Amino acid sequence: MVFLGGQVLPGNVGRAILGPFADQRAVDALNHSLGVDRPLLVQYGSWIWNFLHGDMGTSYVFRAPVAPFVVDALGNSMKLALVAFVLVVPIGILGGVIAALNFNRPLDRIISLGGLSVTVLPEFVTGIILILIFGVWLRWLPIAAAWPKGAGFFTQLYYLILPSLPLFLVLFGYIARMARSGMIEALDSDYTRTAVLKGLPWRTVIWRHVLRNALLPTITVIATQTGYLIGGLVVIETLFRYQGIGSLIFTAARGKDFPMLEAGILTIGIVYAVATLIADFLYSVLNPRIRLGAEQ
Amino acid sequence: MTEPGQAANALELKDLSVAYRVGRRNRAVLRNVNLTIKAGEAYGLVGESGCGKSTVALSVVRYLPRNGSITGGSIALDGKDVMKLDAEALRRARADSVSMVYQDPGKALNPSLRIGRQLTEIFELTGVTGQAAQDKALAMLNRVRISDPASVMQRYPHQLSGGMQQRVAIAMALANDPSMLILDEPTTGLDATVEAEVLDLIGQLRRELSASILFISHNLAVVSNMCDRVGVLYAGMLVEEGSTKDVFNDPRHPYTVALLRCLPRGGQRKDQGRLDTIPGFLPGIGATIAGCAFADRCALATERCRAEPPPLYELGDGRLSRCHYHDKAQSLPRATPAEIAAAAPKQAPPVLQVEGLNKTYASHGRPLRAVKDVSVSLRPGETLGLVGESGSGKTTFARLLLGLIAPDDGGSIELEGKQLAPRLASRSEDQVKAVQIVFQNPDSALNRSHSIRHILSRALKRLGGLSGKTLDTRLEELVRSVRLTDRHLAVKPRQLSGGLKQRVAIARAFAGDPRIVVCDEPTSALDVSVQAAILNLLADLQSRQDVSYIFISHDLGVVRYLSDKIAVLYLGRIMEFGPSEAVFSGPHHPYTEALLSAVPKLDRTESLRIRLDGEIPSAANPPTGCVFHTRCPRKIGAICETQEPELTEVQPGHTIRCHIPYAELAKLQKPKTMETA
Repeated sequence: MVFLGGQVLPGNVGRAILGPFADQRAVDALNHSLGVDRPLLVQYGSWIWNFLHGDMGTSYVFRAPVAPFVVDALGNSMKLALVAFVLVVPIGILGGVIAALNFNRPLDRIISLGGLSVTVLPEFVTGIILILIFGVWLRWLPIAAAWPKGAGFFTQLYYLILPSLPLFLVLFGYIARMARSGMIEALDSDYTRTAVLKGLPWRTVIWRHVLRNALLPTITVIATQTGYLIGGLVVIETLFRYQGIGSLIFTAARGKDFPMLEAGILTIGIVYAVATLIADFLYSVLNPRIRLGAEQ
Repeated sequence: MTEPGQAANALELKDLSVAYRVGRRNRAVLRNVNLTIKAGEAYGLVGESGCGKSTVALSVVRYLPRNGSITGGSIALDGKDVMKLDAEALRRARADSVSMVYQDPGKALNPSLRIGRQLTEIFELTGVTGQAAQDKALAMLNRVRISDPASVMQRYPHQLSGGMQQRVAIAMALANDPSMLILDEPTTGLDATVEAEVLDLIGQLRRELSASILFISHNLAVVSNMCDRVGVLYAGMLVEEGSTKDVFNDPRHPYTVALLRCLPRGGQRKDQGRLDTIPGFLPGIGATIAGCAFADRCALATERCRAEPPPLYELGDGRLSRCHYHDKAQSLPRATPAEIAAAAPKQAPPVLQVEGLNKTYASHGRPLRAVKDVSVSLRPGETLGLVGESGSGKTTFARLLLGLIAPDDGGSIELEGKQLAPRLASRSEDQVKAVQIVFQNPDSALNRSHSIRHILSRALKRLGGLSGKTLDTRLEELVRSVRLTDRHLAVKPRQLSGGLKQRVAIARAFAGDPRIVVCDEPTSALDVSVQAAILNLLADLQSRQDVSYIFISHDLGVVRYLSDKIAVLYLGRIMEFGPSEAVFSGPHHPYTEALLSAVPKLDRTESLRIRLDGEIPSAANPPTGCVFHTRCPRKIGAICETQEPELTEVQPGHTIRCHIPYAELAKLQKPKTMETA
């Protein structure tokens, strides 16, 4: 898809690289050496073939193999995602659980409504507001995410907090809502009634009987969201000038650097697929009905 | 039983009133209920759905839904006022003295914990942990007579059958040796044979343990077998109370009288007259009741009944009745005339002829014979009852007829002498019209977002090919034939009660003038009074339109009432097939015998009981020889294990698949036969 899209868009690769004043012959020669003058299907075939063999192609712009760029960027994105993830998962679940335990009371309303409102705000809005508050007015956090060379773990973490906040806000409402509805369903279930009527202390009922069943669907959702955390960062990374895979793709698209663009997007696709696979796997491990159903 | 003078009452409700808050108003669900259960006593609470039975149970354990609240009165468990307990004392009461088992054990057990863990945690409350708790849990499972308790401990709930799940739930309830055990519809939804087993178990445990029992059920026969005393609840009020024998044999409230008349009893059949029904509806929750709550539905009601609320009259011998005219309650006239013009089945050529029908599924590489070599025939205006436990192939057979699944090659289904294509898509429009179905749950069978008029017009358009004026006329006829009125046409399904919805579903099935209607448990989700009305309706439609039914139900009384022929299925095979009376009165196949024996009877006759052990075997791995030999109470020897018996004709039209010769079966089942007759 991306491959086709890149081809259909107006513009000429050689012209884009060499600039508007370059000689047409030079442009043609460059196009030929890059192989972009070959028929589409042939280009596509060789590209897929090479990709499967670990060769992601050569960047048109940097005249260097794409792979190191992509791997670097992916690593950076994963760091950012991890920080956001570590922040949002426990807090999101906790928020949902607290909301459910206070069903229809003010605290529930605050968490549910608050979560929902920050979730529907796009990242660039919350991102800019957060930059203004923490970076410009309070000057607590650096506004660009790129840390100085050779920075240690904590410095890196310090630089990553601000960019991960918008991600946190987007996911918080989502995760809290899943956790809340899972909890409410589990609290209303017959097995919870059984547990209460056994005379178990309330805490045991919640920890042993309610939480595990309530959070199953939430865990799946979270794992699926990792895909978004890594792939959906174009806006955030651009906003914070962070060298992640999102900004890599953005730059590549602007520069018509198709091998880079294609490799980046395919990588994100793979991350999505792997995240979903992990989600399914986790779910089946946690849910005895599926785990043991397969054995029988 | 213990001397009632000394022992404290296990449960005492005084003027208990409970309300649910709906739409910002408190609506009364229970109204001043007084009820006492003595130590060691089993008390049955009966009534139609919505009368407040479960609310009583949930109030006792203080587990009302969020919008429910106790608005008056008191509840005393072992002399302690439950409503005055603080959270910790309430927890202790639940842990020590009261337990509850309810419907649908599959949901009552935690799906993600092993059975063993769910049991041991109860013992841990009393300080018993580790191996000691394990041992106690194992002993508890042994006590509820579960097979292979050690392996059950390791399993998750979904790996157990419904009957085993309910046994586990009972084990959990009894683990703390409660003084009060509440059973809320504990066998509803289970197969008749499993129900019988669970009831036997409860009966046995009652003798072993000291617990008093509050037994809640809509099934009068079950209650009559289990309980010493019984209370009848109507619109949140106790309307009659007394010893089980008295109440069921000599009811003193018109409601009880009417309820008992709704049941097809003593082998009653459709050509012997209609079932009686109860007109009208239960007053909705929170309704204001000026006089007697039942007055609107009672043919005996007078001005006094409508104006003056009857007190609970004491009739002596601990009998109570909330009726001004309790002495003539039994003279309640019938609500539905008994006479019926049931056309005797004519000797017409069969409308349905099924020969050698097979359906094999592949299950993990092995063939699973869901239906094996089934042949039946049915004449116009006849009903074929399909009987058997779940997993016996009843529903698969129905789906094969409807063309929803294709049978294996070789068999044939003939409708009015013409071959029916195996798949619905390749059947002609007339053939599709001719075979229709009524499902168990009308809720999911009717489109929620359409009005009744839309649903029925569409059926008439599609199945009847009608339009314009003729459609309107036919629609009116159809609506009248199922005893709905124009008023019902404008509303959506959810605005109708279960019985009315089922009428709509029946009307839809009849829109195309079908030859055969498959009724898959059409009344099992309905109350007895509504069930009676639906059964009457089906019988009326049949005698008027000469339609044939394939009637699937686990309620043998209902099947017997409506059926002319019976096919008894086990693991996809027909074990017995013949005229309804011959199959029911016997001599019959040992499996049929066991099924009949499992039915709880209202008159409490301790018949020679036959119980089937264990589970129905898997159809993917059926036993060798006669498939029933593993559970057969009359197995005669090795021949049963090695050779599958043929379906042999023992009398004209009556076939049995058993090695025991017919004369021998007659001799074996003789005492039983006389009793049923």
